[in-house]
Amino acid sequence: MAALVEVRDLKTHFPILKGVLMRPAGAVRAVDGVNLTVERGQWVGLVGESGCGKTTLGKTILRLISPTSGHIYFGVPPEVVAEITALEQSTNSRSQLRALRREHDLAVYSSSRLKALRRRMQLVHQDPYTSLNPRMKIRDIVAEPLTVHGMMRGKQATERVAEILRQVGLAEQHMGRYPHQFSGGQRQRIAIARALATSPDFVVLDEPTSSLDVSVQAQILDLLEELRHVQNLTYLYITHNLTVAESVCDAIVVMYLGKIVEIGEPLDIFQGPRHPYTQALVLSTPIPDPKTKRARLILPGEVPSPANPPPGCRFHPRCSRATESCRTVEPPLESAGNTRLFACWHPLA
Amino acid sequence: MKELVKISGLTVRFYTYEGVVLALDNLELGIDQRETLGLVGETGCGKTMTALSILRLIPPPGKIECGSILFNANGGLEAVDLLKISEDEIRAIRGCRIAMIFQEPSAALNPVFTIGDQIAEVILLHRRQEMVVQALKTVAGLQDKGSGSLRAVFKPAWAIEKRLYHSMARNPESVLPRLLAHIPLLRRLLWRISNEADKAAVRMLKEVEIPDAERVARQHPHQLSGGMKQRCVIAMALSCQPRFLIADEPTTSLDVTVQAQILELLRRLKVDRESSILYITHDLAVAAEICDRIGVMYAGSMCELAGTADLFAEPMHPYTRALLAAVPKPGEEPRSIPGFIPDPLNLPSGCRFHPRCDARSEMCAREAPPLREVKLGHFVACYVCQGGNNGRSG
Repeated sequence: MAALVEVRDLKTHFPILKGVLMRPAGAVRAVDGVNLTVERGQWVGLVGESGCGKTTLGKTILRLISPTSGHIYFGVPPEVVAEITALEQSTNSRSQLRALRREHDLAVYSSSRLKALRRRMQLVHQDPYTSLNPRMKIRDIVAEPLTVHGMMRGKQATERVAEILRQVGLAEQHMGRYPHQFSGGQRQRIAIARALATSPDFVVLDEPTSSLDVSVQAQILDLLEELRHVQNLTYLYITHNLTVAESVCDAIVVMYLGKIVEIGEPLDIFQGPRHPYTQALVLSTPIPDPKTKRARLILPGEVPSPANPPPGCRFHPRCSRATESCRTVEPPLESAGNTRLFACWHPLA
Repeated sequence: MKELVKISGLTVRFYTYEGVVLALDNLELGIDQRETLGLVGETGCGKTMTALSILRLIPPPGKIECGSILFNANGGLEAVDLLKISEDEIRAIRGCRIAMIFQEPSAALNPVFTIGDQIAEVILLHRRQEMVVQALKTVAGLQDKGSGSLRAVFKPAWAIEKRLYHSMARNPESVLPRLLAHIPLLRRLLWRISNEADKAAVRMLKEVEIPDAERVARQHPHQLSGGMKQRCVIAMALSCQPRFLIADEPTTSLDVTVQAQILELLRRLKVDRESSILYITHDLAVAAEICDRIGVMYAGSMCELAGTADLFAEPMHPYTRALLAAVPKPGEEPRSIPGFIPDPLNLPSGCRFHPRCDARSEMCAREAPPLREVKLGHFVACYVCQGGNNGRSG
């Protein structure tokens, strides 16, 4: 499997402007140094609490938000990425590195090149009640990306819309209706149809089921799984619900305060978390089975402000295992075994 | 055990322009003393309507058509029917004996008042007399203890205050204090009552484990995080020691780690206060964590009611089974329920679930199955589960 998306040391900071002159007085470090690889065909779950920067990371990868620093390689052949990495190590040949980056790094793409790439990556928003224009008919909503990218128009586009609507489980006669005539689950299907209209490779799903009922959630998850196989899609699934991520994803990425703290396979994450924050997340997630008695772990305090994150390991003020080294030195994201990565000085066994 | 709340035959209809919506259909439900009863179901199944009917807060165009809600306020023999008493009487119960925690804490709090003011408002409304007695005690304490020079200055004022509070404590309707309360400047003589309420508010905030409660009481809602706001709403609901607490999806908008904190708090408060909780949620996993008994609702009626362990070990109603299968569990793929929730304007006849049910018979489409006890404490409304003879005779 080849990597479809490679993210290197990505940072997205939002400046806090103060005073009459609106000078930057600080920055909200929403995403602060993230390294992530998404393989082609993989369904990656990005899990974390509100305010940990998971949506910002998703939108930065699509360049809907411009990163402060870092590199994003989308669909770049692995040889080229390897070459760039090699050039980064050496001190000379800076001009060659710059040229390569201009060619391949999504973080510095010009807007015209970006538009050409946009049809290959799409986003499904969290709330289907606000992401669909209430004044547009379903046909126009789903056909809009096709016309924007100059792929199809007129009758051809209508045929394509009918085909996609059928794929997401809606009927052709729904095309003439307006969004308010649909239920939440059906609206989310329309949003998915719109995202898939341009036949993308990569779809960022930003909490697509969090506003839906469990039975509808299961239907949408079924649909996503089916579409992934049929169209060979790669998903980045942003969610706060660890059990949903566990049941559908191939890999889970856990974020805390702008940093990735752990990456691993779903069942490993659930059964043997290595990072104390992941453990807290797993143990606080309620399990729909009153027979399984688990140790209760209530995290003290609250998530610190991303404008002023604690030094060292960001989790140390709430961690029971924190020592002096955690307070001063930030742990790197290190590999432990084949697919497992975590950032902790005192990992759990 | 005597039931705290007994709902029987409750029917609520909404008269909209499009037609009549049957929000609750002949609902039967009993809540025991000191138990946590969970109400589980999907959007629009009538969970919140049940809670709002108990408080008689159904918004127009909704109307409670028939039924009774008996509330056994003090564990005695006599129970009041919440649907028959006057508006003044229900206002004395609402927020005092029966309190409610709402889903969205930022919408439940008023953005222009401080947290302390909002909690004190509840206390002043329902526990004014207690606060007067408390104020009287404080003044008496000051008269006894105050140091030399200060005492000489304030002594006359204290004497006046003491007389005022004394007369209020003896007779809440006494004329002089009521008159004073309407005169600007002079009404300040009664400041100790609201001062005591503020102190009580801080005590409540401490009870729900808010760190630095004095500071939080002076803050506005926007200065607090979601979890903190929900704690404040819980403090407000508990400020009058309610016998019955209705929690309408109190953790839905919160993160899992904060949700765990809030659930732990509710569990502790229930034990400390000996009150009952009606816990409304759409999340079966949360219900499994906190509830003693769970009722599953579908399209305005109760389809299964059983003890938590019983319900998860042996779900009987086809809808409950389908719902349990749809919940994602570690190491298991969620299975979806075929079809859609019925349109509330146009409900299917008979059993509401029959168009989506695998086990349906012709009986199901004709007549709605009654809720029957098939095992000790396990109620199901389904002909198939109730067994041939039992079902068909009803």
